[in-house]
Amino acid sequence: MRQDLAAIQQWVQPDCSILDLGCGDGALLAHLRDKKNVFGYGLEIDQDKILECIKKNVNVIEQDLDCGLANFENNSFDMVIMTQALQAVHYPDKVIDDMLRVGKECIITFPNFGYWRCRLYLMTKGRMPVSKQLPYTWYNTPNIHLCTFKDFEALCYRKHLKILNRTVVDMNYRDGFMMRLFPNLFGEVAVYHVTK
Amino acid sequence: MNTALPNNATQQEGTVGIVQPQIFRCDHPITLQCGKTLPHYELVFETYGKLNAAKSNAVLICHALSGHHHAAGFHGSDDKKPGWWDACIGPGKAIDTNRFFVVSLNNLGGCHGSTGPKSHNPDTGKPYGPDFPIVTVRDWINSQHALMQHLSIPHWAAVVGGSLGGMQAMQWAIDFPDQVRNAVIIAAAPKLSAQNIAFNEVARKAILSDPDFCEGHYYEHDKYPRIGLSLARMLGHITYLSDAAMREKFGRELRDGAKSFDFEVEFQVESYLNYQGEVFSKNFDANTYLLMTRALDYFDPAEEHDHDLSKALARAKARFLVMSFTTDWRFSPERSQEIVEALLAARKHVSYADIECPQGHDSFLLNVPRYTNLFKAYMNSIALDGEH
Repeated sequence: MRQDLAAIQQWVQPDCSILDLGCGDGALLAHLRDKKNVFGYGLEIDQDKILECIKKNVNVIEQDLDCGLANFENNSFDMVIMTQALQAVHYPDKVIDDMLRVGKECIITFPNFGYWRCRLYLMTKGRMPVSKQLPYTWYNTPNIHLCTFKDFEALCYRKHLKILNRTVVDMNYRDGFMMRLFPNLFGEVAVYHVTK
Repeated sequence: MNTALPNNATQQEGTVGIVQPQIFRCDHPITLQCGKTLPHYELVFETYGKLNAAKSNAVLICHALSGHHHAAGFHGSDDKKPGWWDACIGPGKAIDTNRFFVVSLNNLGGCHGSTGPKSHNPDTGKPYGPDFPIVTVRDWINSQHALMQHLSIPHWAAVVGGSLGGMQAMQWAIDFPDQVRNAVIIAAAPKLSAQNIAFNEVARKAILSDPDFCEGHYYEHDKYPRIGLSLARMLGHITYLSDAAMREKFGRELRDGAKSFDFEVEFQVESYLNYQGEVFSKNFDANTYLLMTRALDYFDPAEEHDHDLSKALARAKARFLVMSFTTDWRFSPERSQEIVEALLAARKHVSYADIECPQGHDSFLLNVPRYTNLFKAYMNSIALDGEH
């Protein structure tokens, strides 16, 4: 299981309802269904991933996050989750608004662009960082809204969001001492649990 | 008989081979939504695959406007074409007959062997013709339910259909929630739009105004409304194809390569449509066409639930798979999304995919890899369910 997904499950209550935006192959929803008996739907646009969801018996709806969540009612889910998709949507702030409209709580994970390797890459090479985590070049990347841990917190502050939990993990899902002390520098993936 | 076969994705696709239609005669009267009663009726049907010991693997196929019971395989060794949904039904196919026991029938009011306008009216001793009562999707579901009991099937693993067939799958899930485990609704709509009804009306008008229609009693005069029914089919056919598919298939090609400056059939597309209309008018019954289009017009399961489809679907217990096709303009993806939205609001298990495909509404009949792969994956997950 992907590192950030493992971090998420501790915040998910058993038997709750979940909407997973950009659910990928449905691994998280299948896991939460089997372990926590959650009821949920995933939204996805990638055809191959939709097929994988169906194979896992995960409810998946083909829907583009950039077209909004108008087909979901206010407060209709206990939890709305978006893992590693915030940086790829056209209007991240609007998606977050919609997530908090539809869900009582949200979990959002994203690659932290303030990670020291990104900084070092940019500083030493003077070029946009390319890494295992973010393997694209600037002109063909789907990640059009990259941000740092601090950027995200500033957005939460502006929107008056309450941060219930937050953590950063690295690619090996370690949350070491340095990461806790300097999350914006040593955290590779940020994991936020927020509410209105 | 246990249908639990190894879940082998590379299994060869095949045909169900030669199939034999069967007749179910129901001697219990059926009261139709229009208020009229048929004292007894017959339904012609085919089955493919074997019912397992637990009777948990039965799948019902519901046909669309001009469909019938012959969905897969061949009736004889000289048949050139297989059944209408052979792309999706057979060994190793989306609806895998090695796993499922598939039931496919001709609906009440049809013209391929089930009781319909061509049948003998016991009151007059003549064919029913225009006196055959108007049947609705709900009436079909009730008669299909009688067939289900006749076959001793306790519940359907899935009810499956495209277009008008998908509407029947939806109605099944609403009307018999405990007897439908899955509903697969393909290229359908929650109800017809004004535009859809308008197309149906033009088709009906074409038939009704043909002098050979003889107010529906054409059988007695040994005639049939060839021109009217052809026109109806030509019109329908245009709505089944996309603009792009027609351009791709015919472009502006001329049959003889040069303009003849008259009104004879010149463009390839004209020739194609005329041919389709001609063939159809010989093989289909005009009164049935009128009935089927009316059943479409009337379909609106939300009507008796404050026009709220999610309320209508609230009682369903099935899981749903909804699929649409990007170039379908008869029942566009937005129409399928209305169904999905209602299912989401009703908190039903539902998956939805909008399949990129240039062929328009008719895509559901074709072997489009993304479509058939998704369909197959979903059906496989059902089969496993039933075997546990």
